[in-house]
Amino acid sequence: MAKQGLKRQQNRMALILLTPALATILIFTTIPAFTTLSYAFFHWNGFQRGSFAGFENFSRLFHFPFRDQFFMAMRHNFLVFIGIFLFQTSLGIFLAYALFKIRRGQRFHRTVAFFPVIFSLVIVGYTWQIILNPFFGPVDYLFHSLHLDTFARAWLGDTSTALPTLVFINLWRWVGFPTIIFLAGLNAISTDYVEAARIDGASEGQIFRKILFPLLAPSMTIVTILTFIGAFEWFDLPYVLGGSSGGPAGATDTLALMFYRLSFGSVDSIANQIGIGSALGVIIFIIVGVGATLGAKWLRGREVEA
Amino acid sequence: MIRLISSKLFWRSVLIFNAISVLLPVFFLINSSLRSSTDFANNPMELARHPYWHNFAQVWQNGDFANFLKNSLIITGGSLIVILAFGVGAGFVLGRYQFRGQNLILGFVLTAMLIPAKLMILPLFIQLKWMHLLDSHLGLILVYASGSLPAAIFILSGFFRALPVDLDNAARMDGASEGQMIRKVLMPLVRPGLAIVTIYAAIPIWNDFFLPLVFIQSPEKKTIMQGLTIFFGEYASQWGVLFAGLMIASLPLIILYLILSEQFIKGLTAGAVKG
Repeated sequence: MAKQGLKRQQNRMALILLTPALATILIFTTIPAFTTLSYAFFHWNGFQRGSFAGFENFSRLFHFPFRDQFFMAMRHNFLVFIGIFLFQTSLGIFLAYALFKIRRGQRFHRTVAFFPVIFSLVIVGYTWQIILNPFFGPVDYLFHSLHLDTFARAWLGDTSTALPTLVFINLWRWVGFPTIIFLAGLNAISTDYVEAARIDGASEGQIFRKILFPLLAPSMTIVTILTFIGAFEWFDLPYVLGGSSGGPAGATDTLALMFYRLSFGSVDSIANQIGIGSALGVIIFIIVGVGATLGAKWLRGREVEA
Repeated sequence: MIRLISSKLFWRSVLIFNAISVLLPVFFLINSSLRSSTDFANNPMELARHPYWHNFAQVWQNGDFANFLKNSLIITGGSLIVILAFGVGAGFVLGRYQFRGQNLILGFVLTAMLIPAKLMILPLFIQLKWMHLLDSHLGLILVYASGSLPAAIFILSGFFRALPVDLDNAARMDGASEGQMIRKVLMPLVRPGLAIVTIYAAIPIWNDFFLPLVFIQSPEKKTIMQGLTIFFGEYASQWGVLFAGLMIASLPLIILYLILSEQFIKGLTAGAVKG
C-alpha cells in the first residue's frame, strides 16, 4: 500500500520535473530542427513562405551566381579542417606529452595552456587584428625594425595570407583544448605497460610510438570529430575578422558565412534568400552528420583496448 | 638529437615556450590598455611605465558599455537559472527513477545534443518572432537554455545515478517527501556536477555573439560581445580605448579562471573527456 503511494508520488514528481526541461528542448531545438528541413523545399519571399519548390533551392545553389561561392567556401572549410588537423592536433599531442613528462609545475602549465580557450572569439579576433595590423601592430613593427621588411605584410588584408592567418589565430585560441583531452588520455594509460617496456629496454621514443600513441586512439577519435564539426561550421572568427562576406575578397569565406548571408542578407544584397539558405543549411548538416558518423566509425575501428 | 628529445630539459623548455606564446598576446593586451593612443601609435612595443587609466574612464563614460555588460550578465545569469533548475529536475528523474519510456526520453535528449544550433537559426528566428520573443532577453535565455539543457541533463543524471540508493530510502523512512529529499539530501552531494554544468553553459553563453547578432536589434538590448563590434567601429584607431574595452570585456572571465581554473578545465571539456 505504502509502496503504491510512493510509486504514485514518484510518477507525479517525474511529470512535474521532466516537463519544463523537455518542453524547452522540444520548442527551441527539436521543432526548429525539423522545420529547417521543410524550409529548403519552399519558395520564400523575404520571411514569407510561398509555394512548394521541390529541389529547386538545392539546384540553384549549383548554378550561377551561387555555384562559385559555394564551392570556394567549401574548399576553404576543407582547407581549414586540414590545417587545424595537421597543426593544432599535432601540437596538442606534443604539448600533452610535455605536460605528461614534466610533473613539477604541471598544474601551472596546464592552466596556462588552457587559458586562451576561455576567451571570446570576438576578443581573440580583435586583439590579433591589432597585433597583426600592418601600420600599428607589433609584429610588422618588429620586422621593420629588424630590417626584414619583406616579411612585414597585411596578414589579414592580403588574400594569400588571410586564411592561413585565421587558422593560426584559431590555433592560438583552441590548442589547449586537444592538449587537455590528450593529457587525460595519456594519464588514463596504465603505467604497467610503460614500466614493462622500460624493463625490456625500450627507449622513450619507442615507448611513445609503440605504446602511448596507439593507446591515445580514443582521444584522437574525439579530437578529430570535434575538429571536423568545428571546421565545417566555422563562423565566429572569419565573421569578426573578415565580415559576413569573408573578406578580403572572399578569401576567408566559409559555408556558414554564406548560409548567414543568404538567410539574413548582406552588404551587397539586402534581400535574403531563405529557401536557398535553408538548402545550404541542410547540405552543411549532411556534410557534418555523415562525415562525423563515418569518421567516428572508421576511427573507432582502429582503436585498441587499453 | 634523440638524447635531447628524451631529456626533461627539452620538454620543460617546450612548456616554457608555450607559456610565453600564450601569455605574450595577453600581456600585450593588458599593457596596451594602459597606454595612451598616441603613445601606442608611436611604438606598439613599449612598456606602460606610467599607467594611463584615462582609457578605462573613457570606456566607462561611453554609457553603452556598462549597459552591454549588464545585458550580458542578465542573459548569462538568466540562462543559468533555467538550465540548473530544469536540468536538476530532469537529471534527477532520469538518473534515479525507473519507468517505462525512460530510454525514449534519453534518446530524445541525446538527439537534441547533436543538433547544431547555427543551422536552425532561420526557423528559430521566425518562431521567436511569432512568439513575440524576438529582440528580447527572455527569448535569448530560452534558446540558450534549450541549447545547454541536453548536455546538462546528461551530466547531472550521471551524478544522480552514482549516489547510493540507500540514501533515498533512509530519507523516505524519515518521512521526507521526494522534493525535500532532492533539496536536502541529494543536491549537496551533486554539487561538483552543478559546478561542471555551470561552467559548461555559462562561458559559451557569455562569449557568444552569433545568437545576439541575429536575434537582438535594439541597441540598448545588445550584449557585451556584440557591443564590442560596435565599439570597434566607433573608436577606430583610438587604440588605448579599444584595448581598455577588450580588457573590461574579458576581465570577469580572467579573474574567475584564476580562481577556478580546475573547474573551468573540467567544465569546458565535459563530454569530450571520460571520467
